[in-house]
Amino acid sequence: MRKEDRNFQGILVFGETRSNKIHSVTYELTGKARNLADVKGCEVSVLLLAESLRDDPSDLFRFGADKVLVVQDPSLSIFNQGIAVNVLKAIIEAENPEILLAPATTIGRTVLPSVAAMLQTGLTADCTGLEIDPDSGLLLQTRPAIGGNVMATIKTPVHRPQMATVRPKTFRIPAPRNRTGTLIYPTLPKETFSSPIQSIHLQRAEGDGGNIQDRDCVVSGGKGLRRPEGFRLIKELAELIDAGVGASRPTVEAKWISYPHQVGLSGKVVAPKIYLAAGISGAVQHLAGMQTAQKIIAINKDPEAPIFRIADVALCGDLYDILPRLIERIRVERCERNG
Amino acid sequence: MTMNLAVLIKQVPDSDEVKMDPEKGTMIREGVSSIINPLDLNALEAAVGISKAFGGRVTVLTMGPSQAEEALREAIALGADRAILLSDRAFAGADSWATSLVLAETLRKTGPYDIVLAGEKATDGETGQVGPEVAALMGYNLATYVSFLDAGPRGVSVKCTVEEGTLYQWIPLPCLLTVLNDLNEPSLPTLAGKKKARRAEILKLGLAELGLTRENVGLLGSPTRVVRIETPKITRQTEFFSARDLERGIDRVIDILKEAAVI
Ligand SMILES: Cc1cc2nc3c(=O)[nH]c(=O)nc-3n(C[C@H](O)[C@H](O)[C@H](O)COP(=O)(O)OP(=O)(O)OC[C@H]3O[C@@H](n4cnc5c(N)ncnc54)[C@H](O)[C@@H]3O)c2cc1C
Repeated sequence: MRKEDRNFQGILVFGETRSNKIHSVTYELTGKARNLADVKGCEVSVLLLAESLRDDPSDLFRFGADKVLVVQDPSLSIFNQGIAVNVLKAIIEAENPEILLAPATTIGRTVLPSVAAMLQTGLTADCTGLEIDPDSGLLLQTRPAIGGNVMATIKTPVHRPQMATVRPKTFRIPAPRNRTGTLIYPTLPKETFSSPIQSIHLQRAEGDGGNIQDRDCVVSGGKGLRRPEGFRLIKELAELIDAGVGASRPTVEAKWISYPHQVGLSGKVVAPKIYLAAGISGAVQHLAGMQTAQKIIAINKDPEAPIFRIADVALCGDLYDILPRLIERIRVERCERNG
Repeated sequence: MTMNLAVLIKQVPDSDEVKMDPEKGTMIREGVSSIINPLDLNALEAAVGISKAFGGRVTVLTMGPSQAEEALREAIALGADRAILLSDRAFAGADSWATSLVLAETLRKTGPYDIVLAGEKATDGETGQVGPEVAALMGYNLATYVSFLDAGPRGVSVKCTVEEGTLYQWIPLPCLLTVLNDLNEPSLPTLAGKKKARRAEILKLGLAELGLTRENVGLLGSPTRVVRIETPKITRQTEFFSARDLERGIDRVIDILKEAAVI
């Protein structure tokens, strides 16, 4: 659709729910949408799809939503792309948002391009920055391009809605404020909830150690570990400080550790309080997954390693010397505190 | 029944060789070889397997410059029966929507197809959008992140790898599936395949043959526009410790862990 076709207004967030609970990325995007809406002077709506929501949707008002639309149906118990596309399309056609934001999760990355193609509009994947252009009021969408070596800023000048996906943990959840809004349970025609696609079953995987994106600390190992057993040392430190275990891509490719641990452009984005990287050189593609950590500690034997340029604390030396010393010190600190 | 299959492929720079000009922020193309996007090889492997099981034909298609013909020949060496190169000056500068339009129009003109396969994303752009967009434009049933598939005469049973675990779905034909590398181990080209590839005729289609208009394709047809390109610059105040200073460095780390209430 083109901007002259209808009166497009406001920002719509395609929220994510998992097992009938609101996923944290929904709060991250609601907060970001609020910032953008304040610049534009427009409203933020959040759409939630669930079988039967267990969280309180009105909680989203405190994080910036003016309106929350909850679509509930038994068919939404397991994700079905056919149905999700029908619902989102119906809501867009009713709401006519000028901007549509969605998480760059497997759901968002399936539903958004489908809807973008149907509506004939642009979509920018995996944005790391979103801003409103003060002159044109357009959404400026920044994303890594050419293998993460550069940042490209993209706009959608005439097609609507302007659509973007954002990876979880890219934006911080804002502090809650005392504000309210409107909660709506839209009724959609019955056919919206049918699709030729059948979602049969979701087999939940209990990943080792849970999702590293939800951890306060992440300890990561790279090629500098030189052998798969090196990750034992990384895990030992991680357990001691209750951290998640991260990894660089070559260690995942070498099968020293599984893919859910990969941090970076083609892995996960993490934004922990503390990120400790051992034996990781700091290629741009790795930095893309961890540079927003509050504190970065890097261990590398090469004084010129690029990781040191973004580290708060750089420990230059052999990780097989430094990590055991660090582990020992933490143990001692613990004992002193407890004893 | 026989199956008519198509595979969407993209030629990408051999990723580990990408070098940037740090001053200009542009890609240094000299000496960088091109490969078929790795996940597209998984898609091709699956298509060849299905066509062997049911009988049928595998068509590979790519939109790109004339050099992309190499990628198509390689795909034939790997078992594809027919290759289509979508090349036209007017296609240049296309975003994912404008690319999808050309691919969809080609499927329409050269089909009908039962199953279309593509890699989940390409290593260069990493948007993962073209597959789902083509499916939407064609009105095909879509499955993404497919890590296992079992094709039957009326549909495909798939397992999709999602954040929460594994999603089991039934996707009726016609469908488009975007695949992950857990799907299979791509084979190597055979000698017979390579011979066939050398002789194969590549069907070349452009704007006129597809009956598209200039305004709908390439940069002109793209809803998105690049405003600017920047090289990311990130620096922090780094406290650097080495050799004899390391003990002090470890002290600093302990302080940080304490501040964050981790220990
Ligand atoms: C499109 C694309 C996407 C990518 N996505 C990702 C991604 O998601 N995540 C990712 O990590 N990479 C990704 N990469 C790869 C990335 O470019 C780098 O190749 C990779 O991050 C390097 O991993 P590394 O730091 O472990 O290995 P290396 O670069 O080999 O670095 C090893 C480091 O260990 C140090 N070292 C060696 N021995 C010791 C020792 N005894 N003690 C201390 N230090 C030691 C060395 O000095 C060196 O700095 C991607 C690349 C491309 C092109």
